Amino acid sequence: MTDAAAGLHLKSISCTRGYRDLFTDLEFKLCPGQVLRIEGKNGSGKTSLLRIMAGLAQPLQGEVLWQGRKIHHAESDYFQNLLFLGHRAAIKFELTPIENLCMARSLYGTTDENGIEDALYKVGLYGFEDIPCAQLSAGQKRRVALAQLFLTKAKCWILDEPYTSLDVAAIAMFEELFTQHISNGGMLAITSHQPVTLEVGEQYRLLLPNTQLETLS
Amino acid sequence: MSASTQQPSTTGAFISLIKRDLMLSYRHRNELLNPLLFFVIVVTLFPLGVSPEKQLLQTMAPGVIWVAALLAAMLSLDTLFKSDYEDGTLEQMMLSPHSNAVLVLAKIFSHWLVTGVPIILMAPLLGIFMFLPAEAVSTLMLTLLLGTPILSLVGAIGMALTLGLNRGGMLLSLLVLPLYIPVLIFSANAVDASMAGLEIKGQLYFLEALLVLSITLAPLAAAAALKISVE
Repeated sequence: MTDAAAGLHLKSISCTRGYRDLFTDLEFKLCPGQVLRIEGKNGSGKTSLLRIMAGLAQPLQGEVLWQGRKIHHAESDYFQNLLFLGHRAAIKFELTPIENLCMARSLYGTTDENGIEDALYKVGLYGFEDIPCAQLSAGQKRRVALAQLFLTKAKCWILDEPYTSLDVAAIAMFEELFTQHISNGGMLAITSHQPVTLEVGEQYRLLLPNTQLETLS
Repeated sequence: MSASTQQPSTTGAFISLIKRDLMLSYRHRNELLNPLLFFVIVVTLFPLGVSPEKQLLQTMAPGVIWVAALLAAMLSLDTLFKSDYEDGTLEQMMLSPHSNAVLVLAKIFSHWLVTGVPIILMAPLLGIFMFLPAEAVSTLMLTLLLGTPILSLVGAIGMALTLGLNRGGMLLSLLVLPLYIPVLIFSANAVDASMAGLEIKGQLYFLEALLVLSITLAPLAAAAALKISVE
């Protein structure tokens, strides 16, 4: 899509937590093929910003636009194109990885179950698909949650600390997936304490509480 | 942007959410028994505590059984959204392209299937235990069939509102109990009336009206409340 409205547009967003201003007048646009890395100290508002972008929280001021429309007016279109993975992985410990992914799929979009086993194979959970997630390690649970990335058709990925408890090999694999996503015209907003090394697309860095965007490439 | 090839189906999401919730309840089946056991224990204690006299038990039966059912329903509300809230599933539900009210209705429905239906099935046994005549037992089941979904639906609003609070239990009962009272009055009264051989249509119409009202409005209210709680 080439028109000017494409993508996710944050317009002079301000956010407070209690009586503390986290950031004020934050303004940026995430277009297809762009990566936004949000960095900052603990408590600098990274998660709050991501939740505002996903429409889960309301900013104190400002608005979030998706394809030029306020996200609350374009909910079904936006949510169809959004994949938000937060701190809490939304994984049911009582269910097996396959059951978890089936549920995630039907909440988001299609009920077809093709590709789920394939996705689990790709995230290295082959052989664990029928074991309740309670018996998996923290990193494996994270992999179950992230396996959704292989299944989704969403354009806009908002990931909050996706690398938590992942090993080096898994991080490399997901970086490859992000690269692919970006080169297919996807959008990615990511927070991470580990360095994110992607070699495609336009990359921006936001170092909270500073609201000035840095261009990385 | 390519046009999405498959429109997400809300019915599919509705059904698979019910399936998932039933599966989760099945894997926690010992927890499921709690409200039912509570219901049975409360009712069976009455003859021991008050008097085993037939006349007295018969008079008390509609009220006692209904009060116990109501408290059991309230006790079971805790499981409705709590785990989904804690593990982030609720956030994902709010971000799904489907109508939140429909998804909430699916959750309430599966919750009613595992908490309300066992109570309805257990009621005749307790009715006989309290010397209720046969026609009153069938009225009791009918009122429970109409009434317990209302309890789940209205309770869901209260639960959704108090979800973010650490100790919302007391507040939940303050919020929800007053709304349960009409159900209690009409239901217990209907069982009483049928014991006396009177017409019960009026009470049933009221219960039906309340049920229709809560099915249409409660999921919307609960979904809006959940949205606030998730934030």
